[in-house]
Amino acid sequence: MQERNYDVVVIGAGAAGMASALKVAEQGLKTAIVDREPFLGGILPQCIHNGFGVHLFKEELTGPEFAERFIQEIIKSDIDIYLNTTATSMAVHQPIKQINLCSSQHGVFRINARAIVLAMGCRERNRGNLSIPGTRPAGIFTAGLAQRLINIDGYIPGKRVVIVGSGDIGLIMARRLTWTGAEVLAVVEILPYPSGITRNIVQCLNDFNIPLYLSHIITKIEGKDRVEAVEITPLENGAPNYAKTFKVACDTLLFSVGLVPENELTQSAGIKINPETGGPQVDTRLMTSAEGVFACGNVLHVHDLVDWVSDEAQRCGKELINFLQGKTEKIEQGKIVVGSNLKYVLPNKYRLGEANRFSMRSLIVRDKATLVVRQGEKTIRQFTLRHVKPAEMFHIELKPEDFKEVVINGELLPIEFSLS
Amino acid sequence: MNSKVYDVAIIGAGCCGASIARKLSAYEISVILLEKCVDVGFGVTKANSGIIHAGFHHPLTSLKARLEIRGNLMFDQLHYELGFPFKRVGIIVVAFSVEEMKTVEHLYAQGVANGVPRMEICGRERILSLEPQLNSDVVGGLYAPTGGIIEPYRYVFALVESAQKNGVDVRTHFTVEQGIKDGDYWIVKSREGEEIRAKYVVNSAGLFADEVSKSFNAEIYKIIPRKGEEFLLQRNARGLPNHVIFPVPGAHTKGILVIPTVEGTLMVGPTAIETDDKYDIETTSQNLETVFMQATYMVPAISRREIITSFAGLRPTLKGNDFYIEPSKIQPHFIHVAGIQSPGLTASPAIGEYVKDILKQEGLQLVEKKNYDPFLPHPIKVRELSLEQIEQVVEKDPKYGHIVCRCENISEAEIIEAISKGHTTLDGIKFYTRAGMGRCQGAFCTYKILKIVSRETGIPIEKITKRGDNSWIIFKRLQALAENTPET
Repeated sequence: MQERNYDVVVIGAGAAGMASALKVAEQGLKTAIVDREPFLGGILPQCIHNGFGVHLFKEELTGPEFAERFIQEIIKSDIDIYLNTTATSMAVHQPIKQINLCSSQHGVFRINARAIVLAMGCRERNRGNLSIPGTRPAGIFTAGLAQRLINIDGYIPGKRVVIVGSGDIGLIMARRLTWTGAEVLAVVEILPYPSGITRNIVQCLNDFNIPLYLSHIITKIEGKDRVEAVEITPLENGAPNYAKTFKVACDTLLFSVGLVPENELTQSAGIKINPETGGPQVDTRLMTSAEGVFACGNVLHVHDLVDWVSDEAQRCGKELINFLQGKTEKIEQGKIVVGSNLKYVLPNKYRLGEANRFSMRSLIVRDKATLVVRQGEKTIRQFTLRHVKPAEMFHIELKPEDFKEVVINGELLPIEFSLS
Repeated sequence: MNSKVYDVAIIGAGCCGASIARKLSAYEISVILLEKCVDVGFGVTKANSGIIHAGFHHPLTSLKARLEIRGNLMFDQLHYELGFPFKRVGIIVVAFSVEEMKTVEHLYAQGVANGVPRMEICGRERILSLEPQLNSDVVGGLYAPTGGIIEPYRYVFALVESAQKNGVDVRTHFTVEQGIKDGDYWIVKSREGEEIRAKYVVNSAGLFADEVSKSFNAEIYKIIPRKGEEFLLQRNARGLPNHVIFPVPGAHTKGILVIPTVEGTLMVGPTAIETDDKYDIETTSQNLETVFMQATYMVPAISRREIITSFAGLRPTLKGNDFYIEPSKIQPHFIHVAGIQSPGLTASPAIGEYVKDILKQEGLQLVEKKNYDPFLPHPIKVRELSLEQIEQVVEKDPKYGHIVCRCENISEAEIIEAISKGHTTLDGIKFYTRAGMGRCQGAFCTYKILKIVSRETGIPIEKITKRGDNSWIIFKRLQALAENTPET
């Protein structure tokens, strides 16, 4: 089998993969980036709406424009690009890692690398995951697939559409489908509040008078060959009130019901997964349980803004460089404890002597929430957050002086985050 | 009207029709297999649980038990010849009380009488060592190592392919509407306006066998659909057992099973509910509860969070619950193969033989073909190959290196092979290759497959369907693109 040697191989050429690859290649490291698709950019090229880059570039870009800034840099750089190429397996528990790849262009080959960045992104949850009763006709799509079909391939999947879930892709697709001439009849959300960000509720639903049914679920899908109708039932006190079920005739059903980090490759390599995020467990260096294997972007945890993905990926690149230069081998790291009302805190460790940036998601919807950070019994910081909700990730930074070096039983005293 | 003339026309290309067709393809006769759906195996067989039963559930007084036992023994040879996925993983019946152990003992005695080899009555320790995932309240059970699992649609595809290779004609989209006797021949007319002539007609029309029989003015009977819902969980799901796990059976059903599928996913089900609607394949939330309650009682680790899809199918049952395989007493040269419910899949190879013998008794001349070839080349599946083997196949055809379905690792070359075998719907390709059957359920590969089908067949993307008829996938091209750019 053909073998190629690199310092770093980045798996996935979406927002995370591109930003981390550029960061490491900047330092002169020999870098390869691999993607299954025939183009760079991951999911960005199909996101033709605007709103990207507000934090990173301080201007509002479309997905393809945002991607293009990175793509041009990659092309100018010395990074080797392998497109239409699938990473099938990897061996990661030794200093030189082996990644097995296959493609129609390059055949089967192996990359040997000193470090790996996992940047495979995520996939959409689908109808099967929700076990929605009814028939199984044609016309059921995930929102991302519908977006791909319209924006890349130029095919409209249907005429009369119901969207299940108010995730951002679903909201964006409500508007996009309306623009193609399709009729979006309802967006149905199980929770009492929208899953997508507020901007999208306003710009994609309200502006087009598309009804949003909160606390409603789809209780049945009808149709022999193609979707013919769905039954929608309100939830009252947590239970469906079937007496108030109503039927909407439609030919297409889109699911926008959450994303799942795509970690089958990670798991098959024996890397530990954090059950709360679905991504690998990482320490403050964004390094997984396998030394020299890093992760960033949606493969690590699902982000709501691509700007945060790029930001995390650039940090990941920096950490990787430090690791390869032997700068971070001996850093001491303490554990993070996820306290009340938080789904997760990432990374899963903290370290002394420098600023620590944490990403987290709330389990509750609240205005003026208080985030308390404790080390042992002692509250070391307190943050007031204007508004928290599960759909919006938030970030906080702890300063080096915030935590003390307290060692108990040979370990740094854990830091606990809790929200109220 | 000029219509093609056959010795035998088989109505219905499910596991029975396909098996009969393949059996008859070994003889110097002309055979046509007629199917109303867009592809073979798309009726009752599609939703089959895929169990190859060991043969202890039914007494030898029933036809189905005799054919089940014979059928079970035939699968190794068929697997060797045709290469469809098949594993003799063994069956375990679990008992949770002394009462249930009595039924286990009865099943054991029945199995011994039926000639089922190597069965074992197990105590608690033995059963837990065979299947450590079981609820530890188990008191014992029955172990039948000759039970197995297959992929039902792959089995039917292989049978039909083999039959075609040996000269059988296959016609899909042929919905039999009427049979008229014309001298020595049956004229078989379709709703689509076609007709063929055949000396003998085999009615293996599954759920619609009663309607076909009526339309041939043969015996009147009623097929009662008995619905079964199943839930498929992801590969390496928690609780994935080593064997097929059965509860102690009830009066009409073998109960909710926990099935390690031949492809490494986990399936639980089926329910058994009589319905009067032959098109009722809806799943319901109540049955989800029932299935999971019973499945997790046997194997507690199973989690509904790992469901990737659910489906329902209908068993075509007859009053009395036995198979009805015999020549019509009213209409000569018309053979009933009806009421083929469980264990129909297991019995199907034996049904092929049995129907062949009936046809012979009914006067059909059967001379063995000299050039009969029972073998099919085993299709290349990238997911089953080592890196070195993948390298070899990619060298021959680079399209084996292009992974289209990332969840199940299906290459473009495999998709093209399915298309070349006539499977041009999304479901046909899915059942042939597994593309779209994994955790993402087609979210990442549907658009790729649509393009490949269109490129290989010339069918415009808007005309490709999920499973024929009105199951369209794409409404239309974006107007601006349709006007300015050619089709890709």
